[in-house]
Amino acid sequence: MASLQSAEQVGTARAYLEAYARMRLIREFEAAMHRLFLRGEVHGTTHLYAGQEAVAVGVCMALDAEDYVAGTYRGHGHALAKGTDPEPLLAEMLGRATGVCGGRAGSMNVIDLAHGLVGCYGIVGGSIAAALGAGLSAQRQGRVSVAFFGDGAANQAYFHECLNMASVKRLPVVFVCENNLYAEFTPMAEATAGADIAARAAAYAMPSAVVDGNDLWAVRAAAAEAVGRARSGEGPTLLECQTYRHYGHSKSDPAPYRTKEELERWRERDPLIGARHRLLAEGVAEEEITAVEQSTTAALDQAVENALAAPYPDPAADRATEYSA
Amino acid sequence: MSDLEFRVAIRDALAEELERDPSVVFFGEDVAVAGGVFKATPDLAGRFGPDRVFDTPISELALAGAAYGAAVTGLRPVFEVMFGDFMALAMDSLVNQAAKFWYISREQGTVPLVVRSAVGAGGRFGAIHSQTHGTWFQGIPGLKIAFPSSPAEAKGLLKGAIRDDNPVVFLEHKRLYSVTGPAPEPDQEVIALGQARVARAGDDLTVVSVGKGVPDALAAADALAGEGISAEVVDLRTLRPLDLATVLDSVARTNRLLAVEEGPRTGGWATGLLGAVAEAGLHDLDDAWILATDETPIPYSPSLEDAFLPDADAIATSVRSRLGVTA
Repeated sequence: MASLQSAEQVGTARAYLEAYARMRLIREFEAAMHRLFLRGEVHGTTHLYAGQEAVAVGVCMALDAEDYVAGTYRGHGHALAKGTDPEPLLAEMLGRATGVCGGRAGSMNVIDLAHGLVGCYGIVGGSIAAALGAGLSAQRQGRVSVAFFGDGAANQAYFHECLNMASVKRLPVVFVCENNLYAEFTPMAEATAGADIAARAAAYAMPSAVVDGNDLWAVRAAAAEAVGRARSGEGPTLLECQTYRHYGHSKSDPAPYRTKEELERWRERDPLIGARHRLLAEGVAEEEITAVEQSTTAALDQAVENALAAPYPDPAADRATEYSA
Repeated sequence: MSDLEFRVAIRDALAEELERDPSVVFFGEDVAVAGGVFKATPDLAGRFGPDRVFDTPISELALAGAAYGAAVTGLRPVFEVMFGDFMALAMDSLVNQAAKFWYISREQGTVPLVVRSAVGAGGRFGAIHSQTHGTWFQGIPGLKIAFPSSPAEAKGLLKGAIRDDNPVVFLEHKRLYSVTGPAPEPDQEVIALGQARVARAGDDLTVVSVGKGVPDALAAADALAGEGISAEVVDLRTLRPLDLATVLDSVARTNRLLAVEEGPRTGGWATGLLGAVAEAGLHDLDDAWILATDETPIPYSPSLEDAFLPDADAIATSVRSRLGVTA
């Protein structure tokens, strides 16, 4: 799948319509994952990104195809936003041979180097370190490296060690904290001292911003500024994108710790609904939006059908080697 | 051939690989300006510049992550974790990411990184600056573990490790840094990882070790030779992959196997080696045993630490006892 195009490349309306379509793709992908998990087609566990789409998509709008992204175990949105094709991504979730990692990785560990996705990390905070390292390469290659991570990861040593080192080395890294208010099941107030993740950047002499993570336009603008700073050698930025996940932490979590009122409040701020209204307000025709929605749904339905029809990897034919020669 | 000091061999290997391949970078705590606390890496920063050789914060977790992330995006990082003991702080990116990347990505990319550390006891550094962490990584598919025994081996194995496309845990024994020895033979300038070597030929038993255990075993073999016992010494060079074939070939001739490990028996490489030899070559074995350290942390006091370590005398004594001969 193509990487998202910037407003400069294709004009503002076109770029945001495309970005909206990518958000829809992520939402429908996760709905499909939810259904397929309940059917027993997705194994183990999975962590759904629905509700947070504007963050991954807004950030990736500001990136070039060659830039690097490190995602999380809630990483389907990161992969799709960066350009991973839905069908091989779905097939990976289903454990099929046609998966982007041949069924060896699964939901939490997707890698797609062809699209600059260095990995998704089942260890909370792992993405921060991966992006730091990719930043060392990016600095030499004229590229930018992005770490996506949650508010829980802001309490990992990875966060502090890597933000410090990135700042000292002025690496072209954008640290994107997706603050969805819960570290697994624990509310932020009980786990995160100060309750202000963006403020932590000041300790590392790093610019930061608090961003409405449900507003695609706001995320893209903040990301574009951070990416511009990174690309021009001015070093890293921390963005705290405040958002909300629609599902529980993982498929074993019905999220009883969240009130109905809170859920409703955030659903009213659904990033997809907001983006649709904004597109209409900006003069994009309703028919054009509907056409994009329909083609997204059709493409995803086809991807699901194809992925379900794909074979499981044959253990006898798997040519796994411990080492690369 | 001119004598080479072990620490100079390390520096030369790094310098030659930095010179040869612009994607090689080297970083760590006090490795650049200060040249390393064991003075293994002086002058590299001046020669290759701060983009290629640089000091870092004391952040082992970040260093390992940085090396892994850099390795999957085009660089060949070598980084130093000053003492092997500190590798406990660096494990996540090595164990959970670097080691698994080649396999779980379905071979989309490789992870050419090397992490160098000073290891081993005998320096009076106490329990938490003296460990040999190779076995902490023994059970991790995808990692390689190299542990040179001499200056020539250090140079060849480090160059081999840097050119290897897989993540390599590289161990340098503190008490070898000041050892001098012959420079590598021309065909041993780069040693591919995974091939053990017969360091001394013998007929009566095979002594297998790695790192500083090899010169200790060679010294023991010298002493035993004067008593009519002919010991073959096998230098494993790498703990993973473990070159079982070379050991089996030796044991097929000597029929006796002694594994000398500076580390506890439980969970060590020596028990794994004896198990593997028993599985594949039981018919060749008349005897097999292990000389390892006690199951306690490494002591500080010289009297305690010296008694704790299996040195050349302990190896020779163990062989005499097991073979039923007196010195």
